[in-house]
Formats: sequence, C-alpha cells, structure tokens
Amino acid sequence: MSDKDAMELTRRRLLQGAAAAVLTLAPGVTLLVGVETSARPAGTAVTAKNRWGLLVDLTKTADLGETVVAACRAENGWTGHNRPASDPQWIRTVTLKDPKTGGTKSLPLMCQHCAHPPCVDVCPTGASFKRADGIVLVDRHICIGCRYCMMACPFGVRFFVHEEVTGQKPHMPRGKGTVEGCTLCVHRIDEGKKPACVEAAAAKAPGAMIFGDLNDPNSEIAKAVGRQVVLRLRGELGLDQGVLYKGFA
Amino acid sequence: MISIPRILFVFFLLAASGVPAAAESGRTPVPAPAKAAKGEQCVEPVADMRRNHMQYLEHERDETMHKGIRGRKHSLKTCVECHAVPTPAAGGAKTIEPFCGECHQYAAVSLDCFQCHTGSPGGGTAAIPAGGPKR
Repeated sequence: MSDKDAMELTRRRLLQGAAAAVLTLAPGVTLLVGVETSARPAGTAVTAKNRWGLLVDLTKTADLGETVVAACRAENGWTGHNRPASDPQWIRTVTLKDPKTGGTKSLPLMCQHCAHPPCVDVCPTGASFKRADGIVLVDRHICIGCRYCMMACPFGVRFFVHEEVTGQKPHMPRGKGTVEGCTLCVHRIDEGKKPACVEAAAAKAPGAMIFGDLNDPNSEIAKAVGRQVVLRLRGELGLDQGVLYKGFA
Repeated sequence: MISIPRILFVFFLLAASGVPAAAESGRTPVPAPAKAAKGEQCVEPVADMRRNHMQYLEHERDETMHKGIRGRKHSLKTCVECHAVPTPAAGGAKTIEPFCGECHQYAAVSLDCFQCHTGSPGGGTAAIPAGGPKR
C-alpha cells in the first residue's frame, strides 16, 4: 500500500478517526494544568506576571450612560429577547441610592474578575476558570450549563444562554446551553488593545474607566490605585477583584 | 474444516461471487466538499487535514482558551475564512456549511462547532449550522 493509499479517506477510516477524537476528549481536560512563566510575545502563554484590572471613577460615570453597554454589545455581539429577567447583560448600569441622603451614583457593573472567584470554586467541570493573568472566563467547550456559577457569583454577572444563537462574532462564540459573562475583552487584550467599554468610556468621559496591569507599578492604573482609596464591591467577601471603583464619596 | 472465523467466511463468499469491496467500486457515493474560496494551499496536506483536523482544532482551542496562545496555524476562524463559500440555504451568504457539512453528513458525525462559532467570515447575520445529522 503506497503512502497515498494510506491517507486516502474512506468512510470506514473517517469513522475510525471520529471515534479516536471522542476518546481523547476526556484526558484533554486534565492537560491544562501548569502554565509556564515567560514574557509574552505572540504565540506564548499568559502568565501571572500580569494582573489585568479596571478602575472605574464614579465621579465621572454619570456622563457615561449606556455608552459602555452599547460598546460591549457591539463588540461581543450579545443580544437579548426583550426578557429582562433572563437576557444577558455582560455589562449593565446600576444606580445606587442612599435612602437617608437621597444621593445617587450610577456605576457600570460587569464581571469583577476576582482573584478568588466563587464561580471557579463551584464549577463542577472546570469550565469556569481564571486565566493566569487574572481574567475569569467560561470555557464553553466544557461548560455543561449547570448554572452553579450564576448562583455563586455575588454580583449577578453570569448569564445563561437559553436559546439558539446566530450571527455571533468570529472572536466571540456564544451558544445555547452555556453560561457567559464579561471576558474583559480577552481577544482584544491578547492583541494588546483595551476592552471595548474602556475605549468607549475614554471618548465619552475621559478618565472614567482606566484599564491596565495592576502588577506593573508604572502603569496608569497602578499609579491611580496607588494614591486613591479604592473600593472593591462586597469587600467583606475578600475576593480581591480586578475591577475597582473609586469616588463613592 | 474445524473453525474458520465467520468474517473470513464472508470474505470468501464475496471473493467467490466477484463482488468488489465497496470503496473501490465507484458505485458508492462519496462526499464532495466545496473547494476553498481562496484556493490556495491548506495549512497541512489535504489528506492529513481530512484525517486529523479534529485533533489539531481541539488541541489548539484548549491552548487558546486557557493559556491565551493565539495566532497558531490551526484555528477554526481561519478555516472559515478560506472555506466559506456562497450557500443557497443561507440566502447566498458565505458559510462553511458546504465544506464541513458534506463529509460530516456522509459519515454521520455530528458537528457542534457552529452551534457557538460563526460559520461565516466576519460574523455575518444568519450563519446556518454546518452539517451533521439533525437531531
């Protein structure tokens, strides 16, 4: 049998190949432990050297309105079915009101990218995971749609896709039966760009949202955090979020 | 004759009756996946891709998802970019269905990639699911 014959595809071989692919699925899940550390040229893995964070200045967010929400929708292609109870809101605007003083603040709320994420603790399959650089993601390939992470999340920023999805963005697959949430625009960060909401906010209200590497003392965000009192939502939980807020007073 | 395995016995029968093996007969319908739109060289030899594309895709998807390694040569996105062709069932929009669906339907191997991933380059509006038996 020549080499050509050996590679010639017959129905029988295609079926055998498919069976082999299924068999490798289960061990594949365990292959992902251990990430080596190095600088990050293209084609290398993320490392804990970086810790991506987002600082939201609440003194400036009043001007943002739904800008950041629209930017996120446009970038990531998530849409709803006009059912507020179950529609995804990767980012939403929350208005806080102090009942005693009557004062209000509006803030954009999205996945807080915790250093100790409860959604990762409860995930039975490892689909909800934290990348080495601190971005909390859902691997939909192994998400079984149990929604434990939605229950565990103190911020209500994980969403279940109830219906079939069409027209996804090439960089942001979405599908029925899996859980999703803010990815901190991981596809943009990997290209060296800033998240879509941050870019939109910079145009509308400069300084309202600062993105950068919290581990790099020279980054804009690290400098801003260094001299400010910043707030982590539900700080009593000790989750050490990557998304920080300042300017509550 | 003490015990000839049954499969050999069947083979003898076939040989005796002059029935050729199905794959070589030319009477068996074979899948005809659509030609790549760009028509250039694939990332691997065609025979290799036919046999091993699922391993390449699965391996690199995990590395991209969990380690953030991007820009490797086996990426579903780049499959779609080359292999999407105008699809009548999608109203003439370019999708990868005529490429993937042809073999996957032939082999009755369900193809779940495009429940989540878009099968159209650039996202498109209404990408149809690529192939696989309907369940």
